[in-house]
Amino acid sequence: MSEFLIRNAYVIDPLSGIKGEIMDIAIRNGRIAEEVGSNAEVIDADHCLTLPGGIDSHSHVCGTKVNFGRYMSPEDMRAGRTARKGVMHVTSGYSVPTTFGNSYRYSVMGYTTVLEGAMAPLEARHTHEEFTATPHQDMLANTLFDGNWSIMEAVREKDMKRAAAVVAWTLSAVKGFAIKLTNPGGTEAWGWGEDVHSIQDQVPHFGVTPAEIIQTMIRANELLNLPHSVHLHCNALGVPGNYRTTLDTIDLVPDLNDKRQSLYLTHLQFHSYGGSTWKDISSKSEDIARAVNNKPAVAIDMGQIMFGRTTTMTADGPMEFKLYMLHHNKWSNHDVELETGSGIIPVYYSRKSLVNCVMWAIGIELALLVKDPWRCMLSTDNPNGAPFVKYPEIIALLMSRRFRENEIALLDPRTAHYVPLPAIDRELDWYDIAVMTRAGQAKALGITGIGKGYLAPGAEADIAIYPLKPESLDPSAEYQQVMAGFGKTRYTIKRGRVVARDGDVVVEGANSTIWTRSTVPPGYDLSVDPEFMKKFEQYYTVRMSNYPVQDVYLPRGICIPTEASL
Amino acid sequence: MKIDDVVCPFCGCLCDDLVVEVEGTRVVSVENGCTLANEKFMGDHRLKTPIHREGKGWKETTYDEAIRETAEILCDADRPLLYGWSGTHGEAQSIGIHLAEILGALVDNTSTVCHGPSILAIQEVGHPGCTLGQVKNRADVVIYWGTNPIDAHPRHMSRYTTFADGFFLKEAFRDRKLIVVDVRKSESANIADEFVRIQPGGDYAVLSALRAIVQGKRGIIPPSVAGVSREQLFRVADLLLSAKFGAIFFGLGLTMSRGKSKNIRNAIELTEELNRHTKFIISPMRGHWNVYGSNEVFTWITGYPYAVDFARGIAFYNPGETTSVDVLSRKECDACLVVASDPGAHFPKACAEHLARIPTVQIDPHVNATTHLSRIQIPVAVTGIDAEGTAYRMDGVPIRTRMLFRGTYPSDTAVLEQLYAIVKEIKGP
Repeated sequence: MSEFLIRNAYVIDPLSGIKGEIMDIAIRNGRIAEEVGSNAEVIDADHCLTLPGGIDSHSHVCGTKVNFGRYMSPEDMRAGRTARKGVMHVTSGYSVPTTFGNSYRYSVMGYTTVLEGAMAPLEARHTHEEFTATPHQDMLANTLFDGNWSIMEAVREKDMKRAAAVVAWTLSAVKGFAIKLTNPGGTEAWGWGEDVHSIQDQVPHFGVTPAEIIQTMIRANELLNLPHSVHLHCNALGVPGNYRTTLDTIDLVPDLNDKRQSLYLTHLQFHSYGGSTWKDISSKSEDIARAVNNKPAVAIDMGQIMFGRTTTMTADGPMEFKLYMLHHNKWSNHDVELETGSGIIPVYYSRKSLVNCVMWAIGIELALLVKDPWRCMLSTDNPNGAPFVKYPEIIALLMSRRFRENEIALLDPRTAHYVPLPAIDRELDWYDIAVMTRAGQAKALGITGIGKGYLAPGAEADIAIYPLKPESLDPSAEYQQVMAGFGKTRYTIKRGRVVARDGDVVVEGANSTIWTRSTVPPGYDLSVDPEFMKKFEQYYTVRMSNYPVQDVYLPRGICIPTEASL
Repeated sequence: MKIDDVVCPFCGCLCDDLVVEVEGTRVVSVENGCTLANEKFMGDHRLKTPIHREGKGWKETTYDEAIRETAEILCDADRPLLYGWSGTHGEAQSIGIHLAEILGALVDNTSTVCHGPSILAIQEVGHPGCTLGQVKNRADVVIYWGTNPIDAHPRHMSRYTTFADGFFLKEAFRDRKLIVVDVRKSESANIADEFVRIQPGGDYAVLSALRAIVQGKRGIIPPSVAGVSREQLFRVADLLLSAKFGAIFFGLGLTMSRGKSKNIRNAIELTEELNRHTKFIISPMRGHWNVYGSNEVFTWITGYPYAVDFARGIAFYNPGETTSVDVLSRKECDACLVVASDPGAHFPKACAEHLARIPTVQIDPHVNATTHLSRIQIPVAVTGIDAEGTAYRMDGVPIRTRMLFRGTYPSDTAVLEQLYAIVKEIKGP
């Protein structure tokens, strides 16, 4: 029996209603306990900021396209490399680090749970292999359904229950966590080199629209009683004027769940552009934030960009090709039969680019203008907007108006004409940041039930202790310290074990993969559905029996079972 | 006992629809397999026990002794090379890379002598590709360039291209145009709608001509390019431009002929150019059933697909310097572990001679050319027959190979785990 006692912690635990109190935290056998015995090992937190372990609800760290980002980019691998040290393996990479690189860097920043934003079902086994090699975070996989033929056929037949059955079979087969739609309909159109441009465009050959796919999937998700909502990457990402598509999408969303949002809109910065060309692109963050504020049924993450080099990677194949036509760097594309697509290009976000300056401002504006931090997660859509190691800098920007002013002074001077940021005074506080980096994610993902995102007795003992003393630190003025503090915990504790200390990972990891399985009535079990099986064997290039991910790929899997209401 | 949906561990097609009949620890029949698959499953010329050299002859030894001796050889070496990996499952590859990490060794896979140049081109310009089902369901134009699938990947055409009906092509053989580009009229060329015969070494020029035509510069094309007439170039370019979905598959005829990685770069840039007009993808025809898996596993652990040198403590990659052939031809290595490949048969003579000079250990089920260069050989189970694990098809689709029966041989994973444990003990923390 392992016992720990963290003393004198400055605790912010939003889900438990603790907003900054000096208290002790007892840990027994990997969980938070009421109390521990006198032999427990003691950690003196010395009034340092102590939070539940960080949760990233949208990041690209494992799987086919992430690995291809590494494969095609030796220049990025060279840009961040460390030698073997203690229990730490060799790491390579800056924007797309190797799996151990991702895992160590997240752990040092206090992150203990990460959701991979896009897993193609056909290639799920790959994602799970990399999860196992990302040992310090519990992992979850958003599973792509944006171009799924069986889904689109069900949508066309207006058969919501059939769509739910497809989701149930697929998530269970590939050990996925939630429904991800990336440019719904657009990835199928990209199979012909085309795209959809609004939520009312027809998907070629399938006779459905993105709006119909989104609406059907939101409802199918609730029929399955899944922990998370549909997780949507809207259509028309990165296109000037796309804020209208985003507003139209928000308009579609019904309020179907009293515990969390009914739709999670990811990396919304990329979807909040006004103007009509790259020359007159402007921020529409105010319109978007107003729509979000008025619609409690949606939650968002920022998708902040930060200046410097990174690698963009998404299932949104057509978008990556458009981006390639702008950057002319190098381009990879990988369409996945019957399911989805993907693309990768490296980019450099520059302060000398007005477009990039506007994008930078929009992300911050969204975080400041959305009133409820529970519905606005901090993210960069790692690594699309920036690698996640930039999170501390983003936190500092959100907490300090002075820091923002200093940064704005470095931008293209025309920026102020296109964005409202200079006029926004709001400075987020420690509580807001705690919500936006862990508690909000736990709620939005629906994983509080398995003990994630809080520190009350019974919760998983995933804890981050930062070298920051909120009682004496003024984040508005001392933003450099905020940045440094969030970059390196004093202690990161995962399931009751100290895994990182002062910047070094100190033990071999043993993470879990969290997935969902919905039990459906017999008539909806597609594993024995003759029509589904026939189409599978006709059009896929793997046999149906070889498709499901075997249990051996999840050595410590945690299944969240649900009962479908079909 | 008949087992359905068996995965074939031979070529990069990774067909997963074989029906294999097993009696005890012997395969007695194979359905749906090509001749290569049949030989892989039915052929049984395995080494019975570990062997090592004593004096001028071979002597049988035990697994424990052979693995211990291997560990000592590797730990004694200043510049060990761990080579091969493409013929085993990903879990074993992963242990191999971690072994190289603690040894400070070079670790390389067979890409070094096959699609290494393709990887270099991809690192310059990217790779517009897709899974093979996209091609099966959509492609109306397919090109095989410098590859002869009928012989080398016998079911590629029937499963994924020419003879494979798809969702949007109900009668593939009639509706899909086939173009074969090669220096000789191969079996595959015999069934092509268009056979483009190129003079050896002329691929780069022909690709450049096609790019120029696609860019609308027909006027600059000379009457003949590397033996291909202007009329045929126009005809082929028109076929490409008229495709709704086109797919280019290339083999070592393009990768390893004059121009090497620049040929591939040119082909990728042609593909990119075609995407401005229609939909096109390009894909290498990978050889070993899990060579792509070795690239994947290498990449997520080290950051690089092959040719990784841990001598500096970090992962260092510089093909031409850290590639096996280069390291061996410089006589730099002083020990080599070969796993699941046959460099004795595939490497240049000078490299093979160096392998024979230094202590070389082979972990492989079969006696092959490398056996004759080795000091020790440790036979293991064959993945996909009496061992199982992950493999990546040539298009990146991961499939778990099956164990058809439990035999007496240990798997690559088991042997490498034992080796890793001993090396770790010798090397200390």
